[in-house]
Amino acid sequence: MDIVINLLVSVMAASTPLLLAATGELVVEKVAVLNLGVEGMMLMGAIAGFAVAHETGSLPLALLAAIFAGMALSLLFAFLTLTLQANQTATGLALTIFGRGFSALVGAGYVGISAPTLPHIHIPVLSDIPVLGQILFSYDPLIYLALALLAFVAWFLSKTHAGLIMRAIGDQHDAAHVLGYKVIRIRYLAVLFGGAMAGLAGAYMSLAYTPLWAQDMIAGRGWVALALVTFAAWRPFWLLIGAWLFGAMMYLSLYVQGLGVPVPSAFLSAVPYIGTVVVLVLISRDSRRIRLHRPAMLGRAFQAGN
Amino acid sequence: MFSLQPRGYVSQFWSWGSPILALLLTAAIAGAIFAFMGRPPLLTVYTFLISPLFAPEGLANLAIKAAPLILMGVGLSLAYKANVWNIGTEGQFTLGAIFGGGAALALPDATSWAVFPAVLIAGITGGMLYALIVAWLRTAFNANEILTSLMLAYIAQYLLIYLVTGPWRDPMGFGYPQTAMFSDTADGPRVIEATNLHFGIIAAPVIAILAWWILGKTSFGFQLRVLGQAPRAARFAGFSENRLVWLSMAISGGLAGLAGVFEVTGTQGQLTTTISPGYGFTAIIVAFLGRLNPAGIIPAGLLLALTYLGGDAAQINLGMSNAITGIFQGILLFCLLGADVLILYRIKWRKSAGARA
Amino acid sequence: MTTPLLQLNGIVKQYPGCLANDHVDLTIDRHQIHALLGENGAGKSTLVKIIYGVVHPDEGSILWQGERVTITSPAHARRLGIGMVFQHFSLFEALTVAENIALGLDNPKDRVNLRDRIIKISASYGLPVDPDRTVHDLSVGERQRIEIVRCLLQNPKLLIMDEPTSVLTPKEAETLFTTLRRLASEGCSILYISHKLEEVRALCEAATIMRAGRVVAQCIPAEKTARELASIMISADLKPAHERRPAPTVGLPRLVLNKLTLRATSEFGTSLKSISLTVSGGEIVGIAGIAGNGQGELMDALSGEILAGKPETVLLDGKPAGHLGPYDRRKLGGCFVPEERNGHGAVTTMSLSENAYLSAHLRGALSKLGVINHRRTNTYAASIIERFDVRTTGPAALAKSLSGGNLQKFLVGREVMLDPAVLVISQPTWGVDAGAALAIHEAIIALAAAGAAVVIISQDLDEIFQLSDRIAVIAAGTLSEPVPVAEASLERIGLLMGGSHTASEAPAHV
Repeated sequence: MDIVINLLVSVMAASTPLLLAATGELVVEKVAVLNLGVEGMMLMGAIAGFAVAHETGSLPLALLAAIFAGMALSLLFAFLTLTLQANQTATGLALTIFGRGFSALVGAGYVGISAPTLPHIHIPVLSDIPVLGQILFSYDPLIYLALALLAFVAWFLSKTHAGLIMRAIGDQHDAAHVLGYKVIRIRYLAVLFGGAMAGLAGAYMSLAYTPLWAQDMIAGRGWVALALVTFAAWRPFWLLIGAWLFGAMMYLSLYVQGLGVPVPSAFLSAVPYIGTVVVLVLISRDSRRIRLHRPAMLGRAFQAGN
Repeated sequence: MFSLQPRGYVSQFWSWGSPILALLLTAAIAGAIFAFMGRPPLLTVYTFLISPLFAPEGLANLAIKAAPLILMGVGLSLAYKANVWNIGTEGQFTLGAIFGGGAALALPDATSWAVFPAVLIAGITGGMLYALIVAWLRTAFNANEILTSLMLAYIAQYLLIYLVTGPWRDPMGFGYPQTAMFSDTADGPRVIEATNLHFGIIAAPVIAILAWWILGKTSFGFQLRVLGQAPRAARFAGFSENRLVWLSMAISGGLAGLAGVFEVTGTQGQLTTTISPGYGFTAIIVAFLGRLNPAGIIPAGLLLALTYLGGDAAQINLGMSNAITGIFQGILLFCLLGADVLILYRIKWRKSAGARA
Repeated sequence: MTTPLLQLNGIVKQYPGCLANDHVDLTIDRHQIHALLGENGAGKSTLVKIIYGVVHPDEGSILWQGERVTITSPAHARRLGIGMVFQHFSLFEALTVAENIALGLDNPKDRVNLRDRIIKISASYGLPVDPDRTVHDLSVGERQRIEIVRCLLQNPKLLIMDEPTSVLTPKEAETLFTTLRRLASEGCSILYISHKLEEVRALCEAATIMRAGRVVAQCIPAEKTARELASIMISADLKPAHERRPAPTVGLPRLVLNKLTLRATSEFGTSLKSISLTVSGGEIVGIAGIAGNGQGELMDALSGEILAGKPETVLLDGKPAGHLGPYDRRKLGGCFVPEERNGHGAVTTMSLSENAYLSAHLRGALSKLGVINHRRTNTYAASIIERFDVRTTGPAALAKSLSGGNLQKFLVGREVMLDPAVLVISQPTWGVDAGAALAIHEAIIALAAAGAAVVIISQDLDEIFQLSDRIAVIAAGTLSEPVPVAEASLERIGLLMGGSHTASEAPAHV
């Protein structure tokens, strides 16, 4: 029983950075911008959060720093792609390359030292309920925040007028422009939100999941988050399912290595990536379904004909 | 603030001026970052960008680092022209090294002249087959090649780790994660005796020029360009998208494999877990900086090779982390993408006195 | 004399390389249905965008109900009481009707009880729409109704209609006119943009005619004949319409479709249902129909961009071609001009020479062993430019530097000069000026006279009647039995376009 509970709890933790980053990217892609720089923004968030936590000892400050680091990089992306009309694919890659280099440079002095870690909450009575208390009421606050943000995004996109405008821009930006909506401005905001979420996701890695800084510690999670958005076909509920699925793959590959099974550890480490490819293939086969849900303008440049 | 005014034509001047402007901007921004970090900016930029050229064997090192970048950049430029976003060249490079290295390890005592070509062909095959997985997933299952090729790059790295820490580990290697050294025959001949100058430095520019000719003068090159610029028109003309995806992935993967096998046979002589300092990703920058034009890839490859030497120089001479290589590369790509706006648009400043229109 | 509703004085709008509006004056009175007439590119769209706040003028003033205003945005225009029904780009396919309408309502108060109000207003004006359906499921006519309802919900004082009937059947157009007349009588002025003269004469009380960015006349359309209006609208003296060509000497069947059936490839497409057609050498067959009834799919199935399955479904010069792609169909003598020039028939970012190579490399023998023969290609491009009087700097010019009409002449020329056995052209003169249209029509007629089988797919009924020997109608993916032009009346074709299958179908069971 304990093993099962531990598994569930660990999978929740492993899925959280994916969920945070993917929720951000979902919003970005809903307005039809494709930011492939999630990995780079997560790395920036991870080092910024870790460094500030180490220097100041304040976790709230650390999280804010991570959010700002992610947003700063995403602002650069927005400026290049939305204002200067640069190619989104290339700019996203540049973000990742830069984020890797910058985080490695800044992080060189933080390898192998410790910083404060996000505490797990403890609600009297509730957290003490056997089993249920552990499964529901014993996580660090960011896990709850991630779930709350996903719910908020789902509600915002489907129920509010602002969310409707965002979906409209993703579907047909020229029509939205003609109706008088500020396509570029709204896309800037969405991209910044995506950056903030990726920064937070990075901080979760360095302050909660593996509370350490190591070069390249995001290890492809940013890319998995991108795959997750496609997997979910841009629907928030499926994002949650996907995050758990991918989180489980990530955790289990570690867990099985710990059991000392006679399988080379390199193979087990590769499992999440192989799993991602397999899942991508399975969901992409149904191209009709993807086309039905995919924001029609995804990745296309918009310019207001003045 | 400013606004963008469409030129209505492609500025030839800025097509080639933009990379140069980007390089100057990058040097300035990097200098500013160094100054912010408390380093003397001019000295650091000099150490990073200029000093490696005058170091002993500087040019030879440059050529050796540029060769894989050019080979991969050329392959990527063909694929990107066709809107086939292979970003997993790092993985194809690794598979080339594994296949080529495997062939070399399998023939430790052979002395025939045919050994080296066989090793090269094995490397090309490895990279090509690995890239064709991506082509297959895209054409048969509609899976996004950006994500699959990248995931396969991670998988390739673990495959390499498995091999050099497992079955291929050198029993005489004191437990280090590395294979035995390849034979001299398998390492191939040198352009100049007793140096590291392997024949990759000849192959890279030759292949670049060949690719330039293919892209500009042949029907196949034309088809790639049409597919990239107007997929609907490609279908109208009867060019098969799937066929072009397969071919462009095969070429970019094969060239990455070739780069990988040249690298491990030519400069390292064995397989380790760290055969590439991110060449596959840097090659993406090379492709863009070279304007996706195989002829432009040569200078772009040399410049990006310089950033590796610069990182080492900064580490040795100034005690800085060689991570500045990545930063410099990232900024360079940012600046290039930003400067490219000038190719299609005129910048018109508003409310700023003294600005030229 | 009451103050006019809207008065524009001396509006100027300069685009790089093009003076779109050159001191334009326009006055619209209350209750008036006012026509804005002009050819494509005359500056109508720019002017309308200025009124609706999408584009800001460089010079000139706008008086709204006698007061000077600067219309800053579409939202501002809507607040003033200006509504607009667009020809393109204004609905969101993935959203529902109600969501689409909500997006056009700026005041949150207008969005309260929106569903009920949509149903109410659409019922009272005879514009049935279902608020819960997703737009991509709707026909073009239904989509237009959504836009009109969206405008009406804001009680506009001025309604701008941009080429509203170009997508409607004659009957749907009649219904629209009834609605518009009623709106005008209730106090809403209408600015009606069109180049269809008969329609303007029947509907509009006043007209402003534009040519090349300038207002060239203001008149009462009912007092002029269509020919008079046309000669004001078109700069060159109007050439006489083509003489009806004599009945052709019909040769052997060159294009045969045998029960061509094709499932739609996307959610938004139309399936083709058992289409049969025989076109003989020397003959021009016109296929009429409202946009979105399967024309695109038919074109793709004919050109081989979508394969039709069994080889015998498509016969080119008697040879089975249903299983062949575009390359092999060209080998058999097929040539094709798709509807969309930009990015389909032509790569706009490439030179004319490269665009000539695009589809002519095979029949024109422009390459050898996979290497492009640049000299031959350039010569071929230059010969198209010369024969079709394409206004450009030469074969090296980028396709996108040409005007729509010139590029269309080039693309038609590219195929015609390959001496095809079968030529299929979709929308031969869409967005093309009168001079270029004439040149294209002449080339088509000459090609048929030389023995080719020609199929024209067009939404322009005038064009269909002018060129065709026989006319068929495509509606909801079904093709009617072709009728000789002498027996075809506008009414009968119009009915078929609306989807009523009065024409008898005689399926030939083998």
